[in-house]
Amino acid sequence: MKQLTVISGKGGTGKTTLTSAFAALAENATIADCDVDAANMHLLLQPEIIKTYDFTALPTANIHLEQCTGCGICVDNCRFGAIKEGFEIDPYICEGCGVCEYVCPADAVTMEYNKCGEAYESKTRFGPLVHAKLGIGEEAGGKLVTLVREIAEEVGPKNNCDTIIIDGPPGTGCSVIAALTGVDIALVVTEPTVAGIHDLKRVMEVTEHFEIPSLVCINKSDINDNKRREIEKFCTQKGIKIAGEIPYDTTPTEAMVEGKTIVEYTDNSFAKCVIEVWEEVKEEMQS
Amino acid sequence: MQTTPAVDMITTETPNMKITVASGKGGTGKTTVAVNFFLSVPKTSLLDCDVEEPNSNLFLHNDLKKVKEVTIPVPVIDEQKCEHCGKCADFCNYNALAALPQKVMVFSDLCHGCGGCSLVCPNDAISETGRSIGNIERSLSGQFHTGLLNIGEAMASPLIKELKTYAGENTVIMDAPPGTACPMITTVEDTDYCILVTEPTPFGLNDLKLAAEVVREMKIPAGVVINRAGVGDGGVEEYCHQTGLPIIMEIPYDRRIAEAYSEGIPFVETMPQWKENFLQMFETIKEAVR
Repeated sequence: MKQLTVISGKGGTGKTTLTSAFAALAENATIADCDVDAANMHLLLQPEIIKTYDFTALPTANIHLEQCTGCGICVDNCRFGAIKEGFEIDPYICEGCGVCEYVCPADAVTMEYNKCGEAYESKTRFGPLVHAKLGIGEEAGGKLVTLVREIAEEVGPKNNCDTIIIDGPPGTGCSVIAALTGVDIALVVTEPTVAGIHDLKRVMEVTEHFEIPSLVCINKSDINDNKRREIEKFCTQKGIKIAGEIPYDTTPTEAMVEGKTIVEYTDNSFAKCVIEVWEEVKEEMQS
Repeated sequence: MQTTPAVDMITTETPNMKITVASGKGGTGKTTVAVNFFLSVPKTSLLDCDVEEPNSNLFLHNDLKKVKEVTIPVPVIDEQKCEHCGKCADFCNYNALAALPQKVMVFSDLCHGCGGCSLVCPNDAISETGRSIGNIERSLSGQFHTGLLNIGEAMASPLIKELKTYAGENTVIMDAPPGTACPMITTVEDTDYCILVTEPTPFGLNDLKLAAEVVREMKIPAGVVINRAGVGDGGVEEYCHQTGLPIIMEIPYDRRIAEAYSEGIPFVETMPQWKENFLQMFETIKEAVR
């Protein structure tokens, strides 16, 4: 089973546009939407959910005021400042460590596990999709990404898939690391803008750190010629192959409004560029 | 000393607010809004809280000076004192400690720095040392601060929390990370107003709903900026009308704006008439906070 992760560093460079097109083009792939706190793949693939998995990560402290003597030892020991006035826990700040429960001399604190998200195994017109929804304001995005990938690794072989295509989150932190760990190849989608280049360089440091071979795709490639050349030069210096370039165009937005992937929506030059990128990525994955 | 009434007006009229610029979806224009807003409204400061990929300074071109290396406390085991009882590993909810028969292993990358292991250790064998997670940098004027997370580092939130202590006295604008997970929550927490930047597309709408739900739950007043207005469909506008979420600005889909952006030029510099719109938006926000 080969695994490909599509990442970008910067958000909005076209990860999901590309990944959804790959879903349509690939013959035997399971898709994993690992952008768990802003998942969009389902909007294009319209999945039919087969199985729902509850996701529970870290507990949250609960102070039972009827037992609380107001000594304040918990407040002194909480490193996160999660205990507010009146000994109320701020669930958004609490990281579930359990120190308050441990230090409370009155046994007034319990640690409670609540469901903080769901993962789904689904069927789509292109094959299996594994996706998720992180609860509002929940932590542990990285752990939910790991759960999505674990489900995909089970679902893939069951459906005779030989590839898992992972739509990654933006950034370089917890969720990105979870989406990249142990994959065979990363496709980094960038754009020729100062921010695109800056973020490309940072996220490429992450792929290097985890020793993951990478390819680059330049989206909106005609928005700035100098910046495009700068990306090409950077990739040449690093010995990174450019899988393809895609023009600045409203085609993805139009396709999105129709709820379709690019390659279903049109066979124009934009779609042809996307197909070329897929062919390159496929070849690279097989080599 | 006598102050003129005009000065009084300004001081009473400009409450020092904390305003976050957030979005569910990445790449909708958070940094564009934050930077142009900051450049349009006098006496404001800017914090770039997107510490995984901070981009604000690519448009501000400040010389930055490191002001702090941010660390989180992680355990160090004194093997002389440790009796391998395993209480520390049992306590740790982050799996940052593993007790083997002859040794306790520390996985610092997973540690949140809660200090629980040193509290539970019966032999006083655990002390703490700082592990670097990133840096805070500032401009010479001190009006701009940014966080920069170390490469390969998962813990963004403690860095953001520390960065927020540099907010200063003025009204502060905070450029948030994308998404709705902990780094975004940490940024938005304890702020007075949240600007939600979106684009009028199905992806934009889906992620706007998630972000709007977060700020609603956190009871933070919010307004929407629609970027690239004119593309896509009417879903975002419809949602805003239905839920009573005010649309406080629309930035049109304009190749010139995209080109200025690509060069690192804030568009209020090439189209200075836009400063007025940002000032207007600031007034709207002041009204909402009051």
